[in-house]
Amino acid sequence: MNNKKINKVLGNVIFYLGNIVVGLIFVSPLLWMLASSFKPELEIFSNLNSLSTFVPAHFTLQNYVEVFQRLKVFTILKNTLVYIGIVLFGDLLLGSMFGYALAKLKYRFRGISLTLVIALMSMPVEAIILPMYIEMAQIGWVNTMLGLTIPFMMNCFSIYMFYSYFISIPDELIEAAKVDGCGPIRTYFSIVMPISKTVFATVFILDFVSRWNDFMWPFLITTGEEKRTVQLAVQIFVGVSPIHYGVIMAVLTLASIPMIIMYIFMQKFYVEGIASTGIKG
Amino acid sequence: MEAKLSKKSKREYGDNLAGFIMSSPALILLIAFLIIPIIYTVYYSFFTYQVVRPDNIKFNALNNYAKLFKDANFYVALKNTIYFTVIVVPVQCILALVLALMVSSKKKGVAVFRTLYYSPQITSMVIIAVLWTILYNSNANTGLINAFLKSIGLQPIDFLNNPKTAMNSIIFMSAWQGAGYQMMIFIAGLNAIPTEQYEAASVDGADWFAKLIYVTLPGLINTIKYVLMITLIQAMKLFTQPYIMTKGGPRNATKTLVFYIYEQGFQKGNFGYACSIATVFFIIVVTLSIVVKRISKTN
Repeated sequence: MNNKKINKVLGNVIFYLGNIVVGLIFVSPLLWMLASSFKPELEIFSNLNSLSTFVPAHFTLQNYVEVFQRLKVFTILKNTLVYIGIVLFGDLLLGSMFGYALAKLKYRFRGISLTLVIALMSMPVEAIILPMYIEMAQIGWVNTMLGLTIPFMMNCFSIYMFYSYFISIPDELIEAAKVDGCGPIRTYFSIVMPISKTVFATVFILDFVSRWNDFMWPFLITTGEEKRTVQLAVQIFVGVSPIHYGVIMAVLTLASIPMIIMYIFMQKFYVEGIASTGIKG
Repeated sequence: MEAKLSKKSKREYGDNLAGFIMSSPALILLIAFLIIPIIYTVYYSFFTYQVVRPDNIKFNALNNYAKLFKDANFYVALKNTIYFTVIVVPVQCILALVLALMVSSKKKGVAVFRTLYYSPQITSMVIIAVLWTILYNSNANTGLINAFLKSIGLQPIDFLNNPKTAMNSIIFMSAWQGAGYQMMIFIAGLNAIPTEQYEAASVDGADWFAKLIYVTLPGLINTIKYVLMITLIQAMKLFTQPYIMTKGGPRNATKTLVFYIYEQGFQKGNFGYACSIATVFFIIVVTLSIVVKRISKTN
């Protein structure tokens, strides 16, 4: 009995000590980023070889002030959120409708549509980005919000997520709605949608994260400052001399905040979302 | 009977119409922005198409491909992509698995540790790449990592400017940034293993290592396959890190296939040629994902 107790205490010590040490080493680059963003430029590299480099000795907000002076922070944030918003609208509304039709409606071309979605899931967007750009140029969508958003509104992975969720909804429920004289579209919006919050939350988060992080397409399709997204703004000061490292660190920190907020508020769905993709595969 | 039949066919007609209405907006978008670009990628790969001369697009049959298979830069990009993938996939997955094992318990405060390991994922690859470009600075007075190496008595390393270390530096950073994601999937997989199996192993006198080998890993096999698959496909698309950190250099050491597509298409304006690289890239990735899916479905 006593031995068991000792083992338990030992296990706890190893767990907490191990995770604190490994965890701190793991996040040390991010801690340094955060600390440096509050330092005057000269202090950032003054004591790199001691642990005090992780604490700002002369705390200042000057770097942040400069970021707000040099960048249209709110325009950039607004662009990014509009971009994500439009993409999410497409994905959550149109993608889910498609997913439902594939899962529950017996219509012509259903089989081939499903095969198409599954085949396109592993399609690397990077491979088709050139003609996509030419297409945008031909319809005059380069450097417009339409060009930034519309091509990425539909995502086969999300459609498949919806499809595999809806297929598990019992047919009796849909039959019952039918008997009550409810058409398929109304059945979807008034019966199926309200009971499928989990899958919507999951797709919402996975999509939000992947669009937020997207670099290549916004980078190619936007040219001016007006349409810039967060990920593009982040690297503006890199290589622009004179390099102000404190300002760069402040930009990086600021750009991290929205996702941190998102993670805090939606942690449950976040983790479940990532996990559920794994279980399905 | 007759009434029933006509009702049924009416219902099916309703399904047909509703199916058509519900799927067409999505299908139109998929066709316009996925299928047409796929077709055009292959189509343009048979043409000489210079961005500066859009009036002079000429069919050249297999010339682009003939050029491609003699292009040393293409082989370098292919080699770099394969090297990155072959190293980063096991490194990142093992790191993720170790982290998941460290935080799979239900002890108090475990969520905090999970968040720590996940935090590089919460930021973004661009943020991380910019940050690490500074951390990797070759000068021990301005690069945190070299300052650390110096303080433990090692020589500073010119991480990103030396062709021998540049790709490995990107690999190390990418594994660190990405592992949190796979860790989350592994945690879910670990939680799905029935506790009875562990109890039974304990009764048989198994220590933690025996449990890991005989209970945990076999129970996790499907999760491991899935994680390997997504990490592999993700790794093949490497672009952001070399673009931000090294611009494909030094001496092409971090030039990947996607980077080469970008360079030929957007920097040099050889659209036709870039499309032939893209087509080859597309075939490689799709073939790979089919093969991996087949392998992971057997047994």
